[in-house]
Amino acid sequence: MKRIRSIACIVLVLLLALATMAGCAPKAAPPAAQAPPVSLTVSAAASLTDVLKEVDSAYTQTKPNVTITPTFGGSGALQKQIENGAPADVFISAAATQVDALQKEQLLLDGTRKDLLGNTVVLIVPSDSTLSITDFKDLATDKVKRVAIGDPKSVPCGMYANQVFQEDNITDKVKSKEVIGSDVRAVLTDVESGNVDAGIVFSTDAKTSTKVKVVANAPDDINAKVVYPVAVIKASKNADAAKDYLNFLSSDQAKTIFEKYGFIVK
Amino acid sequence: MTETYLSPLWISLKTVLTATAITFFMGIAAARWMARYQGKFRNLIDGIFILPLVLPPTVVGLGLLLLFGIHGPLGKLLKLFGASVVFSWPATVIAAAVVAFPLMYMTACGAFEQVEINIENAARTLGATEWRIFWSVTLPLALPGVAAGAILSLARSLGEFGATLMLAGSIPGRTTTIPIAIYFAVEAGDNNQTILLVLIVLAVAFGLLAALAYWKRRATNSGNRSLIPQNID
Repeated sequence: MKRIRSIACIVLVLLLALATMAGCAPKAAPPAAQAPPVSLTVSAAASLTDVLKEVDSAYTQTKPNVTITPTFGGSGALQKQIENGAPADVFISAAATQVDALQKEQLLLDGTRKDLLGNTVVLIVPSDSTLSITDFKDLATDKVKRVAIGDPKSVPCGMYANQVFQEDNITDKVKSKEVIGSDVRAVLTDVESGNVDAGIVFSTDAKTSTKVKVVANAPDDINAKVVYPVAVIKASKNADAAKDYLNFLSSDQAKTIFEKYGFIVK
Repeated sequence: MTETYLSPLWISLKTVLTATAITFFMGIAAARWMARYQGKFRNLIDGIFILPLVLPPTVVGLGLLLLFGIHGPLGKLLKLFGASVVFSWPATVIAAAVVAFPLMYMTACGAFEQVEINIENAARTLGATEWRIFWSVTLPLALPGVAAGAILSLARSLGEFGATLMLAGSIPGRTTTIPIAIYFAVEAGDNNQTILLVLIVLAVAFGLLAALAYWKRRATNSGNRSLIPQNID
């Protein structure tokens, strides 16, 4: 008992000493020339996963005091999160629908919304596929048993996929073959795994993988409608930093990076 | 509209009943085997049987996907017969059965251990075969516990989400079970479907809890009853 008590005393003294030292540590002299550290949370569509990481690191090189925390996911899921109070500063969606919804609910900072990018909707198959699929219309034939698309109700690429089906008049035939993914990257993974015969993603997603090949592009009129709007969230605590980030997204430096990954810059 | 809203209900119903039936028999069989098995690997096999309960469902889903996927051993075997399990209804049953199995197995083990060895021994002295003893003596006495196990497996298969989504995917009308439908309905902001499905699940859950309480009461009552008189004068 005496032993335990003496050990406890030593531990307590050590802890107190540690606490005092931490408290007394000379505070780093506030760098007079540097701006205060800012943290931005960017909610971005899943298709932006790779490109935005490069854009963000280019941005933080020009603004070292800013830390960007990206969240990638299906645009509909991100929209719901923001509606429910998720602390995002910037939202980049893969379709206007989700941003329109937030705008209607007055969750966006006025005047910050801007159309940033465009993209191409494509039909992909596993790279070792022998099914000779060459067009979206082939999805209606018996060659194809399962096709992966994003959930049309919340994933932009799934919504565009539905529009392609409607234009080609194959909606009914494809309905029973659809495997629904929660975002466009989940669709890409399904096709990569070979567990589905085909999938519909953006050309920029297909570009990131060697395990799939693009066999068809969506009709031009549908591709023309693909837009990635970006906006600052009204509840953001770093509105100025967010606006600066938005300006960078439209800069020439960012444009080069986006185009490198295959995006269309508006 | 009601078609699509109610389709997850029918899919879940089919899946849960089939998975529970499979788990029921396999759980009892495994418990019976382990009760008799005294070999070296007892702990290992026991651990493997219980593993799906301890692992995160996504890990179970990943394991099943690697096993049944197009590049996996079982997947390749099935492909020889022209069958494929991934993204099909049988996959929902497999996922549900695998995660529910440990519950059935553990409860059955416990129920069998509860049966007084003296009663089984009495049957043996009367010349009954082990098989007969199991069916006529052990199982009926263990029934309340086994039934409780079945109800727990049923509840677990109904709620299975992660492994099902990975192995069976979400195919509306074919593999979209209630939990998966709720997930996508919430993502899509479809409040009507969400509320409807949640209410259905709550109703079923309360029903299962009531059934569980009933069988637990039966189990404790039968445990107190000793069929062999302690004092024979």
